[in-house]
Amino acid sequence: MEIQADTTVCIGAGMCALTVPKVFDQSEEEGTVVLLQDVPPQELEEAVRRAVTLCPSGAISISP
Amino acid sequence: MSELTLPTIRQRPLDPPDELKELRQQAAIHRMTYADGHQGWLVTGYAAARAVLASPHFSNTPDDMHPPIDSSRMRAVADGGKLKVPPGFFLRMDPPEHTRFRKLLTGQFTVRRMKMLEPRIAEITDACLDAMEAAGPSVDLVQEFALPIPSLVICELLGVPYEERVQFQANTKVLANLETKVEDAIAALGNITAYLHGLVQRKRKEPADDLLSGLVESGELTDEELTGVGMLLLVAGHETTANMLGLGTYALLTNPAQLAAMRDDPSVAENGVEELLRYLTIIHLGPIRTALQDVEIEGASIKAGETITLHLPTVNRDSSRFPDGDQLDVSRPASGHLSFGHGIHQCLGQQLARAEMRIAYPALLRRFPGLRLAVTPAEVPMRSDMSIYGVHRLPVTW
Ligand code: HEM
Ligand code: SF4
Repeated sequence: MEIQADTTVCIGAGMCALTVPKVFDQSEEEGTVVLLQDVPPQELEEAVRRAVTLCPSGAISISP
Repeated sequence: MSELTLPTIRQRPLDPPDELKELRQQAAIHRMTYADGHQGWLVTGYAAARAVLASPHFSNTPDDMHPPIDSSRMRAVADGGKLKVPPGFFLRMDPPEHTRFRKLLTGQFTVRRMKMLEPRIAEITDACLDAMEAAGPSVDLVQEFALPIPSLVICELLGVPYEERVQFQANTKVLANLETKVEDAIAALGNITAYLHGLVQRKRKEPADDLLSGLVESGELTDEELTGVGMLLLVAGHETTANMLGLGTYALLTNPAQLAAMRDDPSVAENGVEELLRYLTIIHLGPIRTALQDVEIEGASIKAGETITLHLPTVNRDSSRFPDGDQLDVSRPASGHLSFGHGIHQCLGQQLARAEMRIAYPALLRRFPGLRLAVTPAEVPMRSDMSIYGVHRLPVTW
């Protein structure tokens, strides 16, 4: 699984960083999403999928 | 003309009106007649509510917005076009104005920043519990616990100096107490605005390590805009969290098994807060949006200019998303609820509100293991007519 993040639509709600802190962080200045890893380990894939549905702005997406 | 008007009378204090559940079982979206006769829409289904909140074709500005029910508060919203949105009050703005403010603020509200505030929230909570214990063994939990904690946390966030907090709280209390007369509320609003304006000017001269100073230093906003932002954080962050703390305690006291789980198992508290947010859904008469262009939502054709009301308490009990949704169950997976909204306006302060609740509920329940209502549940006055649901007072003893 590979993750893409679009900081131009991200509204910094922090749902991603709350759901999978190992994969998502937020930048200090704008609070927008920062990917700590683009290819998450298998055991985190489920949580990453959950973060994608929880993200209010559609800023994060995954490709297989 | 649609026969449907928004049902507001609850048969049971913690459940949305039964008519709305029946409506949800029939369809996700309905035609509805608004208080001024406008033919608009009502959403009761989860997927439809998410779709509206995520769509760029709906506006959150007060222009052209029709009031779903006839109450003075709602009229104030409906008259908003005339009242004008104050500078910096970005909740009621659309992109690109909204984006400009939101981006400046999100950096101040990261999950990490909120984690840094946790020790202060814990200290504030303990101090409130000490005061409550000293005032007891019978108190109004709203006055001793639910109102002061979020008020002091916002002081912390904005950087209100300690010696000025008593006065600041006195004014916010008048504002949050909806039994306050309109004149008094307007006076309190004026006092707070003047105070925040002065605070902004002081932060300009002597910046400190707080949110207002951070925003001042960004150099992007005028003093008037900064005052409006401070005001928005106060009105959006104080009454909401206070009502979650008050109503959440009522819900736990009337569901003892759920209370015991929240108190005794620290690992439950985190999820329990999500479930209380879902089950109680204190934003119970909205959000409200107006279509900017013709748009199709779940098979309904919404025309430009039509107002749509999302009934979040009903949406958050949609059994297709939350099985057995009418049940309070602190161990269920509750994330994905829409209690903080969805889309570009999704609550900016949600991580702060979560931190406050995760700390405050367990601390209360552990400090007073014998906590109970001092009146019967039916005697607790509910805020049915207010835009934020909750309890007016919560007499407790231990
Ligand atoms: C449990 C407590 C809270 C609840 C239930 C809540 C709920 C909400 C909801 C539903 C919205 C979206 C409104 C809409 O889409 O029309 C919202 C927006 C907002 N909330 Fe909260 N809120 C809470 C606490 C807070 C706190 C503690 C703060 C700040 C200190 C805050 C600041 C805001 C702001 C600034 C917005 C506007 C965001 C925007 O328009 O981009 N809220 N809140
Ligand atoms: S959840 Fe979505 S909007 Fe929120 S910070 Fe993460 S990417 Fe941005």
